[in-house]
Amino acid sequence: MNIPIYLDNNATTPMDPRVLEAMLPYFNEKFGNAASRNHPFGWVAEEGVDYAREQVAKLIGATEKEIIFTSGATESDNLAIKGVFEMYKEKGNHIITAVTEHKAVLDACKHVEKLGGKVTYLPVKEDGLVDLAVLEAAMTNETILVSIMYGNNEIGVIQPIKEIAAIAHKYGALFMTDATQAVGKIPVNVIADGIDLLALSAHKMYGPKGVGALYVRRKGPRVKVTAQMDGGGHERGMRSGTLNVPGIVGLGKACEIAGLEMESEAIRLSGLRDRLEKALTVLEESYVNGNVDHRLPHVANISFKYVEGEGLMMAMKDLAVSSGSACTSASLEPSYVLKSLGLSDDLAHSSIRFGLGRFTTEEEVDYAVEVTKTAVTNLRNMSPLWEMFKEGIDLDSIEWAEH
Amino acid sequence: MAYSDKVIDHYTNPRNVGTLDKSSHKVGTGLVGAPECGDVMRLQIQVDDNNIITDAKFKTFGCGSAIASSSLATEWLKGKSVDDAMKIDNMDIVEELALPPVKIHCSVLAEDAIKAAINDFRVKNGMEPIVLEKSHH
Repeated sequence: MNIPIYLDNNATTPMDPRVLEAMLPYFNEKFGNAASRNHPFGWVAEEGVDYAREQVAKLIGATEKEIIFTSGATESDNLAIKGVFEMYKEKGNHIITAVTEHKAVLDACKHVEKLGGKVTYLPVKEDGLVDLAVLEAAMTNETILVSIMYGNNEIGVIQPIKEIAAIAHKYGALFMTDATQAVGKIPVNVIADGIDLLALSAHKMYGPKGVGALYVRRKGPRVKVTAQMDGGGHERGMRSGTLNVPGIVGLGKACEIAGLEMESEAIRLSGLRDRLEKALTVLEESYVNGNVDHRLPHVANISFKYVEGEGLMMAMKDLAVSSGSACTSASLEPSYVLKSLGLSDDLAHSSIRFGLGRFTTEEEVDYAVEVTKTAVTNLRNMSPLWEMFKEGIDLDSIEWAEH
Repeated sequence: MAYSDKVIDHYTNPRNVGTLDKSSHKVGTGLVGAPECGDVMRLQIQVDDNNIITDAKFKTFGCGSAIASSSLATEWLKGKSVDDAMKIDNMDIVEELALPPVKIHCSVLAEDAIKAAINDFRVKNGMEPIVLEKSHH
């Protein structure tokens, strides 16, 4: 067992050695530009890209012509939202998204607002899921796009994608999903789910950083997005720029491996996740955040009341995890995702996200449990809030000096 | 973000964690911060008849820098007269612990906790609370 233990697989995943192996030839011997149509160097590179396009398409039930390679999910989200807004502005100017989306989606929506678009940011229920009735009530004749993420990066909840897509389509809007955390972890099928645009990233599924894709539906309906990058008209005119051939080959390989191993991996990971959660919620005043029935197999987000997340992480230095606390940010604002579940600020400050992954072992999980338990216990012994709680003092009755 | 060695030292081996009898007239208690903001400090001093702080204890809910700031504060308080304790400035803590700009509020909180504890002691013993010139918040 190597220390520190990596349990931050929602931030990024280590590359699978099989992915690296597939990529290596494309750095030197197969270095060609995939757009060079007139010599074998270009053909070889193009072949690698074409094969990767098939691998990506297959994982999400798409066809290869529907895959646009990008630099990652942030670019894909931007291209989808800004590109749809620009392409369909004659039809309407309203976009619906949710408050728990990734910043790439939220900030792309803010950009659209600056361009004169209207955006509705749906609240979520206490369990992190979008309320379908609230979504339907927000739909208007002007709504051109509904953008709701597949699985949440902080709490792992899986949205009712099929139902959301159906509502969007009922009102003539397109449905887009940021599926960065879901693709490669759980089955995602653009046909069965009714997805018109989907953003994904390689480095969240054991592929390289700096490469991702946007799925753009070609049939029923044929969806178009206005390019956000001008240039040589690569990727069917939707994303100019010389293709990142080694990255794309890596993304393809990562998708192929995920397709083959996802099912058994999900069973193993949810088993480990449950083991971790069960052992940690034995601690008094610890709470699992988000819906526990509809969620990704590898994420556990737990609040340990009366200890502060950043201080806790410091005591857990043998573990690489993340916290909803934002003591380092100038605003001192805790996670907006946790707050939107209705969590009080102090519980949001007390949260730790454990992100398990393909290379996480049972031994590592057990060690993580021990480290976490010790850290929580030690910090509670140092916490004035814990002492007051133990004395039966209602913390809400105290007039805190907000600073 | 990397913590300084001194922050790590105070965080790993916090000095003077604990609780003094807050009902005693020799003990002053300062409770500052708010759970919503992610840090709460409770700092206590015990003062003898010569106005010397003979003991200091803290408990802190907060990040490593907040814990280190309060731990350091208790270390500095012990043996000081109440008047000298009043002079402890948050920037002394910043300097000693090499706190980065985003963590300066932790030192401010520690200074506030010291002053709150002293005022609690003063009020308990029939003295006027000292009006604090600058408000950090």
